[in-house]
Amino acid sequence: MATIILLAPLLGALIGGFGWRLITEKGALVVTTGLLFLSCALSWYVFLTLPAGTQHIHLLDWIRSGSLDTSWGIRLDRMTAIMLIVVTTVSALVHLYSWGYMAHDDNWTHHEAYKARFFAYLSFFTFAMLMLVTADNLVQMFFGWEGVGVASYLLIGFYFKKPSANAAAIKAFVVNRVGDFGFALGIFGLYYLTDSIDMDVVFAAAPKLAQTQLHFLSWDFNAANLLAVLLFIGAMGKSAQLFLHTWLPDAMEGPTPVSALIHAATMVTAGVFLVCRMSPLFEYAPEAKMMVVYVGAVTAFFAATVGLVQNDIKRVIAYSTCSQLGYMFVAAGSGVYSVAMFHLLTHAFFKAMLFLGAGSVIHAMHHEQDMRNYGALRKKIPFTFAIMLIGTLAITGVGIPFFSIGGVPVGFAGYLSKDAIIESAFASGNGFAFYVLVAAAGMTSFYSWRLIFLTFFGEERGDHHAHEHAHESPLVMLTPLALLAVGSVLAGMVWYNSFVGEKVATFFNLPAEEHAMAEGHAPEGHGTEAAPTAEAAHEAAMAGTMMAMTMAEPAAETEVAKAPQGAIFMAETNHVLHESHSVPDWVKLSPFGAMVTGFFFAWLYYIGDKPLPGRTARALPGLYRFLLNKWYFDELYDLLFVNPAKSLGRKLWKGGDGAVIDGAINGLALGWIPFFTRVAGRIQSGYLFHYAFAMVLGIVALMFWVVRTGGMN
Amino acid sequence: MQNLLSIITFLPLAAAAVLAVTSRGASPAADRNAKWVALSATTITFLVSLLLLARFDPANPGMQFVEDRDWIMGLHYKLGVDGISVLFVMLTTFLMPLTIASAWHVESRVKEYMIAFLVLEALMIGVFVALDLVLFYLFFEAGLIPMFLIIGIWGGKDRIYATFKFFLYTFLGSVLMLVAMISMFMMAGTTDIVKLMAFDFPHADLPFLGYWSLTGGVQSLLFLAFFASFAVKMPMWPVHTWLPDAHVQAPTAGSVVLAAVLLKMGGYGFLRFSLPMFPVGTETMTTFVFILSAVAIVYTSLVALAQEDMKKLIAYSSVAHMGYVTMGIFAANQQGVDGAIFQMLSHGFISGALFLSVGVIYDRMHTREIAAYGGLVNRMPAYAMIFMFFTMANVGLPGTSGFVGEFLTLMGIFQVNTWVALFATSGVILSAAYALWLYRRVVFGELVKESLKTISDMTTREKAILAPLVVMTLLLGIYPSLVTDMIGPSVANLVQTYHADLGTVAQATAGN
Repeated sequence: MATIILLAPLLGALIGGFGWRLITEKGALVVTTGLLFLSCALSWYVFLTLPAGTQHIHLLDWIRSGSLDTSWGIRLDRMTAIMLIVVTTVSALVHLYSWGYMAHDDNWTHHEAYKARFFAYLSFFTFAMLMLVTADNLVQMFFGWEGVGVASYLLIGFYFKKPSANAAAIKAFVVNRVGDFGFALGIFGLYYLTDSIDMDVVFAAAPKLAQTQLHFLSWDFNAANLLAVLLFIGAMGKSAQLFLHTWLPDAMEGPTPVSALIHAATMVTAGVFLVCRMSPLFEYAPEAKMMVVYVGAVTAFFAATVGLVQNDIKRVIAYSTCSQLGYMFVAAGSGVYSVAMFHLLTHAFFKAMLFLGAGSVIHAMHHEQDMRNYGALRKKIPFTFAIMLIGTLAITGVGIPFFSIGGVPVGFAGYLSKDAIIESAFASGNGFAFYVLVAAAGMTSFYSWRLIFLTFFGEERGDHHAHEHAHESPLVMLTPLALLAVGSVLAGMVWYNSFVGEKVATFFNLPAEEHAMAEGHAPEGHGTEAAPTAEAAHEAAMAGTMMAMTMAEPAAETEVAKAPQGAIFMAETNHVLHESHSVPDWVKLSPFGAMVTGFFFAWLYYIGDKPLPGRTARALPGLYRFLLNKWYFDELYDLLFVNPAKSLGRKLWKGGDGAVIDGAINGLALGWIPFFTRVAGRIQSGYLFHYAFAMVLGIVALMFWVVRTGGMN
Repeated sequence: MQNLLSIITFLPLAAAAVLAVTSRGASPAADRNAKWVALSATTITFLVSLLLLARFDPANPGMQFVEDRDWIMGLHYKLGVDGISVLFVMLTTFLMPLTIASAWHVESRVKEYMIAFLVLEALMIGVFVALDLVLFYLFFEAGLIPMFLIIGIWGGKDRIYATFKFFLYTFLGSVLMLVAMISMFMMAGTTDIVKLMAFDFPHADLPFLGYWSLTGGVQSLLFLAFFASFAVKMPMWPVHTWLPDAHVQAPTAGSVVLAAVLLKMGGYGFLRFSLPMFPVGTETMTTFVFILSAVAIVYTSLVALAQEDMKKLIAYSSVAHMGYVTMGIFAANQQGVDGAIFQMLSHGFISGALFLSVGVIYDRMHTREIAAYGGLVNRMPAYAMIFMFFTMANVGLPGTSGFVGEFLTLMGIFQVNTWVALFATSGVILSAAYALWLYRRVVFGELVKESLKTISDMTTREKAILAPLVVMTLLLGIYPSLVTDMIGPSVANLVQTYHADLGTVAQATAGN
């Protein structure tokens, strides 16, 4: 069944991409979307009926070379199942939404067919993303990793006539390659030390890696830390974390459904998924985890500050995505992988919805994206307004503090997942991350409400004509929005227990000790020592099956080389998840406070006292420009990397190849060249053939002679 | 089929002879006949070579299909293939019909053109199957002549400069190799390559100018002499500058053969001669080769960024890709060597296809200037798709054959030298930059240039030529075991022998 989920989008992409002339564009739309909904339905079935334990499905051998043995396959466990529903659900809804959004597009003349291509790309992306999340070895994950990169490249550059879209597409691909560079080195290192790139083998070797020194470049590093950091560099690229984030805002050049699917809900979360997937390694790499936390926290803060002043509606949401990904990394780095996955899940719903909602606004306003030209749209497009409002309530984390039903706090999705991250950051003892995230939460609230106020409230600004013709989107666009809205409201509350609360252990199939800890029983008398033998026996049996299923080589090394059970792994010393439940009340209240503060200021700036934004900008011109220009990262990188690379290339070409190498060799041959050019005049007459042939014959003759005489000696 | 290899090698030569003798004059009918004869001959050669592939026993790491006859003057005519060489034979026979088909529209001296390619094919196959030094040298050097003529007669306007540069570089390198071959014969008393592989060339350090001493002694000298020839062929930095010039001036079909097969002779030479025959010399020079490879990858990728001529850009990209090959070979472990061979085969398909793609628009616009293009996708969607596919393959996208070679060589080198691995891996960033930038300037954007307004999409013939290359690139990307299973045992044997030789050397030194 997992195989069908995986291959259905590929089939759709192939039919839609290559066969649309046979089945018409409409047919291509139906086929791609239909297959995606099939995938989606099966994914939910798999998710809801997932048995305990990890399944390995082998599809085809891939690269075999010496002891390296990789295959195309599927690793089906809770992590995979979560990603399956996230990817296929959002993708199916985006496919459907695109029926409406892409129906008319001013970038194309009416006889240009573009829809089949668009849907084929979307389906191809989905396939690559599924390959990534179902990978059972790191090379297949790398395949998916690069595959989504290509799909992203194609879709960002979908309007290939626009130079800005082309530039953005290349930037996205190349910056991602910088991350891939780290990822690839990490894979090489893992193979070097563990002789395998299968996840189970790598996981099993993690404790040993923690005690291994790896000589990398000219220094010795702790292997676990170094490799985790290298993998994390890959994650930074894909998830647009600080220093490798510059491609994400530019990626908004792509059509809005693409932004929703790829640059909000799925692809950009691949980095978070990677860290959580590799949790057995990261748990043994404390310094790497620390780095993850700091990079995540700083990104969350940085992106939020830039989001405060952007005017393009999609860019605001893009920076918001960047910032939210930072939150997820903080959770992952703090060791609460389930919480990171929780935020990944809820964020996928509400951020996809915000993007699609923004798309609906853009659609209504004839592809105007500047919020300064919006205003007072709530009456013209009330449904979209409601959707955006729900999305904003979800992302800013609106809920009822200190109130819970059956252990589940009551609030929108973001309230449960984001607050869980902030509490975990506090519980992990990292004060910096905690305060930074709370500040970022305040800014999140500010820019989200700013978006709402600028777009839907106030007076009409900009092109009068556009406002007059503003219209609500068709039903085919509104239905996906409504479904995502349900997720944004309920996802948090429905799955709180499974990701954060008492059911984590069973949900992620963790072994018994962690089970006890996660449920919060551990402190009470340490029952694990006297645990019923049945439980231990059960665990041993589980371990046995795991071994049989997963270990390639005979289990000679017994217990030591066993991959940890469960979809994620939390070391015995990792109590962050448990402790995050018992943080002080003021900690629990702080994100809520920040949210309210952000809302208040947004109201003050954009409803209460309208000249205030301008006044503030004039009062702090340096800061304003700094933020508006995104901390000048693009300019800095052009200065440091792009321009030097170009000029260096030119210098090496003209100077190195031309002057030095050719100069030297031609100089040596100065006596030869005039001779040859004289000969060359006769090339057409065929004399040259004689020359050349005579030359070779002469040399061969010489050789025979030497060989003969040499043989006699 | 006792002499299958001879048949494969000399079939094209026989066809060339038939053409030369029977066809007279330059009437359109004669031209057409010449093309059909060439196409049929190369196709039949390919079909016969499939027999070779079918009967090849991958589990056997030794030489197969061996033919050994006395030749003139006490020399031997000895042919044979093992896992390392058999696929190069296949690559050659597979590509030649496509190359001939791509030259279908040539108008001047058609018969001679076809003869040149047929002779070239025979000589190239000969290089990969020869198991005798003299025979190898003969094929290796004679192969220069048809290529020389193809560029010199049918090339672009600066063809004279390019041909001489090409000839001079490769020929000067070969002279040193010749000297080395002669001294090898003097020492070992045989020209049989298999026996030479088992022969233990002296490796005691040689005094040098009375003060220094040369590590690896005679082996190092021999290594360097062969290196001079193979490094130019590869081409390795800094003796690569003949390649961009040769490519730019060569006709499309010539570029395809040059990039796809001729460059592979260098890598093949390293595997056939340097590693097995001079293990100590190889080990002495390994770091040196690593540095050249890493420089090649970074340097030529940067240079590629600055190019204004499409063919030159792809030529520089070839040099960078060959950097992975030398790096993998000298990593001297299973992944490295497997990857190097894979990379050579894969580069054969991909670079061949890229040059064909350039040929497609060159035939229409008669310029290779990147700036002369832009917005081709608007009128050439099929072309845009195929060119995108090979651009991505060139960048090393997983799922295409370009990835496997790069990945394996990098994996191999990481186990030996992480600095080199770091620099070489950074090549994947640069390759993405120059390849996608090229694509953007040529294919994307509005179609505004007046001259391009009437350009037509690919013809069926052009699609049919590129389709097999698409299939191979995908097939080897998704199921590379087809190749690695074939070459695995021979490579394992090579690697083990290499390290065993070094091991005994180390022990002998320790014993002293």
